[in-house]
Amino acid sequence: MSVVDQSTTTAHVVGRVDDVPLGEGRAFVAGGVQVAVFRLRDGSLHATQAACPHAGGPLADGQTDADVLVCPLHLFAYRWRDGASTSGAAPVRLFAVHEEDGQLVVDV
Amino acid sequence: MGGLGRVMNPVLGGRPEGVSTLHFAMDDADGVDTRQRLVVVGNGMAGARVVEEVLERGGGDQFAITVFGEEPHGNYNRIMLSHVLAGEEHEDDIVLNSHDWYADNGVQLRAGVRVRRIDTHAKVVHAADGTATSYDQLVLATGSRSFIPPMTGLYRSDDEFLPGVFGFRTIDDTRAMLAAAAEHEKAVVVGGGLLGLEAARALQGHGLQVEVVHAGTHLMNQQLDPDGGAILKQSVESLGIVVHLATRTTEVIGPDRVRGVVLADGRAIDADMLVIAAGIRPVTEVALMSGIEVERGVVVDDQLRTDDPDVYAVGECAQHRGEVYGLVAPVWEQARVLADLLTGTDPDAEYHGSRTATKLKVAGVDVATMGVNRPERDTDEFLVISEPRRGVHLSVVVRDDRLIGATLLGDTRKVAFLTQAFDRGTPLPEERITLLVDLSDGAGSSDGREPGVAELPGDSQVCNCNGVSKQDICDTVASGCTTVGGVMDRTRAGKGCGSCKGLVKQIVEWAADGDVVEDPAESWYVPGIPLAKPALMAAIREQGLLSVSAVFAALAPGGAEDAKSKMGLTSLLRMIWGADHVQENDAKFINDRVHGNIQRDGTFSVVPQIKGGVTTPAQLRRIADVAEKYEVPMVKITGGQRIDLLGVRKEDLPAMWDDLGMPSGYAYGKSFRTVKTCVGTDFCRFGLGDSTQLGIDLETRFQGIESPAKMKLAVVGCPRNCAEAYVKDVGVVAVGNGKWEVYVGGAAGATIRKGDLLATVDSPAAVIELTGRFLQYYRENANWLERTYDFVPRVGLERIKHVLLEDGEGILADLDEGMQRSIDAYTDPWGQDGRQPATPGQFRTALPLVDLPKVPVR
Ligand code: SRM
Ligand SMILES: Cc1cc2nc3c(=O)[nH]c(=O)nc-3n(C[C@H](O)[C@H](O)[C@H](O)COP(=O)(O)OP(=O)(O)OC[C@H]3O[C@@H](n4cnc5c(N)ncnc54)[C@H](O)[C@@H]3O)c2cc1C
Ligand code: SF4
Ligand code: FES
Repeated sequence: MSVVDQSTTTAHVVGRVDDVPLGEGRAFVAGGVQVAVFRLRDGSLHATQAACPHAGGPLADGQTDADVLVCPLHLFAYRWRDGASTSGAAPVRLFAVHEEDGQLVVDV
Repeated sequence: MGGLGRVMNPVLGGRPEGVSTLHFAMDDADGVDTRQRLVVVGNGMAGARVVEEVLERGGGDQFAITVFGEEPHGNYNRIMLSHVLAGEEHEDDIVLNSHDWYADNGVQLRAGVRVRRIDTHAKVVHAADGTATSYDQLVLATGSRSFIPPMTGLYRSDDEFLPGVFGFRTIDDTRAMLAAAAEHEKAVVVGGGLLGLEAARALQGHGLQVEVVHAGTHLMNQQLDPDGGAILKQSVESLGIVVHLATRTTEVIGPDRVRGVVLADGRAIDADMLVIAAGIRPVTEVALMSGIEVERGVVVDDQLRTDDPDVYAVGECAQHRGEVYGLVAPVWEQARVLADLLTGTDPDAEYHGSRTATKLKVAGVDVATMGVNRPERDTDEFLVISEPRRGVHLSVVVRDDRLIGATLLGDTRKVAFLTQAFDRGTPLPEERITLLVDLSDGAGSSDGREPGVAELPGDSQVCNCNGVSKQDICDTVASGCTTVGGVMDRTRAGKGCGSCKGLVKQIVEWAADGDVVEDPAESWYVPGIPLAKPALMAAIREQGLLSVSAVFAALAPGGAEDAKSKMGLTSLLRMIWGADHVQENDAKFINDRVHGNIQRDGTFSVVPQIKGGVTTPAQLRRIADVAEKYEVPMVKITGGQRIDLLGVRKEDLPAMWDDLGMPSGYAYGKSFRTVKTCVGTDFCRFGLGDSTQLGIDLETRFQGIESPAKMKLAVVGCPRNCAEAYVKDVGVVAVGNGKWEVYVGGAAGATIRKGDLLATVDSPAAVIELTGRFLQYYRENANWLERTYDFVPRVGLERIKHVLLEDGEGILADLDEGMQRSIDAYTDPWGQDGRQPATPGQFRTALPLVDLPKVPVR
């Protein structure tokens, strides 16, 4: 069950923190990989693969809370903690993401 | 099985740190434990149930208990694996006894440790990790494994399947299949019994094309007769699953992974997954290695004892009076008898075999079987009702006035009575046909013959999956648990295949004698806030909560947000506060954020408002221009009398709306949608009222109003009903002399229901007023996502009439006012957000690298 298991990652600046409104997600490209970056209402940042493992739904259009991300197409939920689906789908891949001087930095 | 590395998988029901071996104050290292040592080999449904039953009889003081389980997991409900595979159930929800449970009950769980053999002379268990564990009493509960029919090319090495081949027995098998299903398109399932059909249906649900290969001449030949099997085949095939009967897979096409299979008749089928569900075989290696008598299973007597007096066997590994069982109900009975014996609660307890009656849902089809499925003697009575077209096949076999077998396929309404007659030999009605059908025109049990829950004997099994009797349920209710959900949680009744839920509910209601507390969570408006709608609305009003985040902060447990509650709360706040509601885009579902319906490839649809289905050449020209300019892949006339532009890129939405210059038709929201109309008096020779104008007026007044679920209306000019008003949330029918009938609660979607006549009024203005009142009453009182076709029967037409026609609750003025507030708050979202995005990147694409659209262009 792979989560943040890359042995070597590269940091990519994908945009500005303000590009992602509070509570929402936006899609970016980080080093050729499509990622969805979320900024929760508690200020925390999360990043996942952009396409849903279930049937390719656009995860950046999903809804979130402190525990899960819900895909907009069939409402499968994925846990931030480990990327596991609480609905029986394959897990979603998570990426490390942090802020540096107002920039969004994703490790891919 | 399944060839998946176990170490990489999280432990089901495990402790977060993955601790699996635990020690306790009372364990033998202290040298003070005077208890006998009870060792259970096998931590499946039987092994764990024996431990539970022993503990329930106070056995914790008598025994130091150790359980060995080859699987690293806690004990989980194996019969729910089909639901996990289907994605209907999360694996965490099928845990029956977690590692913590064992710890809390002082039971030592040696999870992930296989037992090799038992030295019955020294009374020691030797495990694969090299340990030796002494016992006084030992229980074998090693269950079964999948039977793997011989075929060439199946294995990559001695004990490893070719990648793409799966058994279906454990959670690890299930996980491996789920992972593979996400990547593949075609599966072949070997075996057309219960397990095979469940696997086939589940995989098909993940979008795979599935073919079932079954060696028997009909499906489920263990349970069904050939006619029943043929009807089941029809039902299964109508789901799109291909069935091959009377043939076998002889070869797997490889070589690196599964590419297909070859059948006995030489045909080849392409496949990238091969699931083997061709039956089960008892796991008997431990017994064999230990010199214990084994035939098909481990041979036991009526006290479940093997030929060694201190070794017992239960569950699917055991063979009792020549029978080896493959269902869970006998496991419960055996576990009770064994616990009675071990603890001395009843030293004479005996097990006499189980009469297996099963009630299952196989691939979406209800099946119940018990006893024999064909007459065996000339004097046996045999009654069959077969309706192949409906997929229904019912039969009973009666001998000497006793029911000795029944098979119900596609319609199991009679199963409760038949099971009881089968189990207890209760007298049968003279008119045998009433065993299978109600002749009293749907009046059901009121014919007095079919016993209600009151007459069910206490020990009759209600939930077969979890072995729960009527008495268990009554005891739980008596101990103060009076919610249906609470009783289900405590007893696990209804938590298996779910087919007994209705009966459980009836028993709880009966046992609580009117004291049933409604399940609190069931009545909550949204799952994340523990309040029913009226209390929630009152709290929002009193505390002046204007935004969804404010509602969570004030009313959710721990102030925690809940993603799945946000959409319902947004809708509710908009209704309560109108324009004063503080919008939060993250609290809206994507459709409401970008004012279009999301499509399967992440594009959106654009449905402009066309009031009453009436358009103009100018509008049509604009729509045509826009469709061309933005290369819209499909332009479609909808079932709602308007035009849908499908497959639009998110980033094109604002410009398209601008070019259209038409307001949103709200085809995406839980809101007021459309008013369909017919041509009425203007053109139709039968028209009795101007339905077109009235429809346009209704749509103008109520456009865009949000509500607990969609509101779709229609107005027709005469009872010929060309715009289907009888089956709308509100349907208006002109009946002549200026009069209009107003119907409410109609439906012709997933549910078909003719609306109830609320009133006949005598002007279009009166129709609009009454419609507004009904819609507002519905908005304020319906549950989230409850359409009017459920709301009206739930509240009752009489009550609705009393409130809306006689002002029986004195709220008409409030209803009018509430509706007016929402009407005043209406703004066209396309006009608004199109010009000034609500949040940065509102219309940025969410999947940048994929070529859009992916939907086919027409
Ligand atoms: C476009 C349209 C089909 C068409 O090509 O004609 C359509 C398309 C969808 N319908 Fe429908 N329904 C359409 C008319 C209907 C009708 C007929 C009508 O409105 O008179 C019905 C039966 C009436 C009713 O609502 O009961 C209808 C009953 C449903 C249902 C079942 C609702 C129910 O509770 O019975 C759903 C599912 C749901 O709401 O959960 C549904 C859901 C859907 C969704 C929104 C599925 C979804 O959630 O994504 C489809 C969106 C496709 C898209 O991307 O645009 N659609 N749908 C029709 C749009 C009408 C319009 O102009 O607004
Ligand atoms: C997908 C599926 C769906 C099913 N659906 C239904 C249904 O709808 N209705 C129904 O009545 N029944 C159903 N069944 C059957 C039901 O699950 C079994 O009857 C039940 O699990 C039998 O319990 P058991 O304890 O005998 O065997 P199991 O539950 O298989 O447990 C045996 C355990 O022993 C362990 N073990 C084996 N050898 C050793 C060893 N040497 N050392 C340590 N541990 C060992 C195994 O790892 C396993 O965990 C279904 C089964 C499956 C697989
Ligand atoms: S019937 Fe409605 S919901 Fe079903 S596929 Fe057609 S448009 Fe979609
Ligand atoms: S595509 Fe995400 S849940 Fe189906």
